[in-house]
Amino acid sequence: MTKKISTPLDDETVAQLKAGDKVLLSGTVYTARDAAHERLIKLLEAGEELPIEIEGAVIYYVGPAPAKPGYVIGPAGPTTSYRMDPYTPQLLEVGLKGMIGKGSRSRGIRDLLQKHKAVYFGAVGGAAALISSSIKESEVVAYEDLGTEAIRRLKVEDFPLMVVDDINGDDLYEQGVEKYKIKQEV
Amino acid sequence: MRQVDVSTIRDEVARLSQETNYYLDEEILAAFEKGRDEDESSAARAVFEQLLENARIAAEEQVPMCQDTGTAVVFVELGQEVELVGGYLEDAINEGVSRGYTEGYLRKSIVEGPADKRKNTGDNTPAVIHTRIVPGDQVKITLAPKGGGSENMSRIQMMKPADGREGIKDFVVKTVVEAGPNPCPPVIVGVGIGGNFEKAAQLAKEALLEPINEEEKDSEMPELEREILEEINKSGVGPQGFGGRTTALGVNIKTYPCHIASLPVAVNINCHAARHQSVIL
Repeated sequence: MTKKISTPLDDETVAQLKAGDKVLLSGTVYTARDAAHERLIKLLEAGEELPIEIEGAVIYYVGPAPAKPGYVIGPAGPTTSYRMDPYTPQLLEVGLKGMIGKGSRSRGIRDLLQKHKAVYFGAVGGAAALISSSIKESEVVAYEDLGTEAIRRLKVEDFPLMVVDDINGDDLYEQGVEKYKIKQEV
Repeated sequence: MRQVDVSTIRDEVARLSQETNYYLDEEILAAFEKGRDEDESSAARAVFEQLLENARIAAEEQVPMCQDTGTAVVFVELGQEVELVGGYLEDAINEGVSRGYTEGYLRKSIVEGPADKRKNTGDNTPAVIHTRIVPGDQVKITLAPKGGGSENMSRIQMMKPADGREGIKDFVVKTVVEAGPNPCPPVIVGVGIGGNFEKAAQLAKEALLEPINEEEKDSEMPELEREILEEINKSGVGPQGFGGRTTALGVNIKTYPCHIASLPVAVNINCHAARHQSVIL
């Protein structure tokens, strides 16, 4: 079954999401990857305001390709998420509710998702041209100098995702391997 | 001496930069179709369906299949009877990369000052260039854009000769399975065995340029390749790590003689967007 959800995310919405669920996400999503995260954390450490509305926000780990003329955005698939693990705790503290990327998160981040009632979604890595068709608007809201790594506010419609890590501590990747691993005969 | 103007090389590099990113190889598309039809995991079949649709959009609209259009890795096989004229080879290659990535709306992913400043160079240069002098009067240019996610999951190990064939097998399988979902499986695995530290890494990269179909490839160690592929696909990781039978599409091994004390082994992982094309001038 596919669940349709919208941003901003609240506790109630997040609580009904289970690892392995297919989700279609609509609403506002902010892009940020390594360099933008570093700057966001510096702002938090200096006690300054963030350039995005973090309460209930969803961050998409992506550095899109440039848009061809007539396109809203270029191909925009997920980047590998573990690189953002060092920055994620502080963003969860201030209200981040969802992250979209690909690949495993650390045990520490998974524990914090349970604590803060937040969720980690996987998008299909490498399906970038397909994913960009769910992105209806794109506007740079911070760090334009970072080029592809700038923070963009995206308006998405029915962005296809899988719930990877939920608030119960379950993990889609572990479940997948558990189900399909061919065990050694002893 | 046959003369080749480097402007021709520049133009071909620009063209290949774009075409490798827009069009996926037939053998990879065929492997996606096989996965869509045969993988017993429904999540896996759904991923293959999306990858096929994605490849169709990329080719039709001439947009990159993946936003990570990679480090431009360029292999040059320069015939020793060729005289290059009109400029310096590496400048021409970098001009070709700059033009190809800019005019093709490809992402610029290269930063300078990697240890601290990390400033984007703005045109995806410099390329990583491997030049080899070969017999003859032709120039072969291969462009292989390589994404960061799968490159990050690659490993090299200076093994003991006593580790042998089984040790190599375990190391390669462990590297791919522990990478799990991170390098965008289903992956292609390039393995370099022998040489020395840097030679093994280069062999592993070159192995990724070979075909994955058994009928087409000229394999040095077909049985070991088969055994490793089978072990990897028993892991259950599956496409995107969502669980399934297709974690790797192929394993290619290249070897080189090495020192009596050594057994260098390098594993270079390629995501499913396995991009490489060649041209002979």
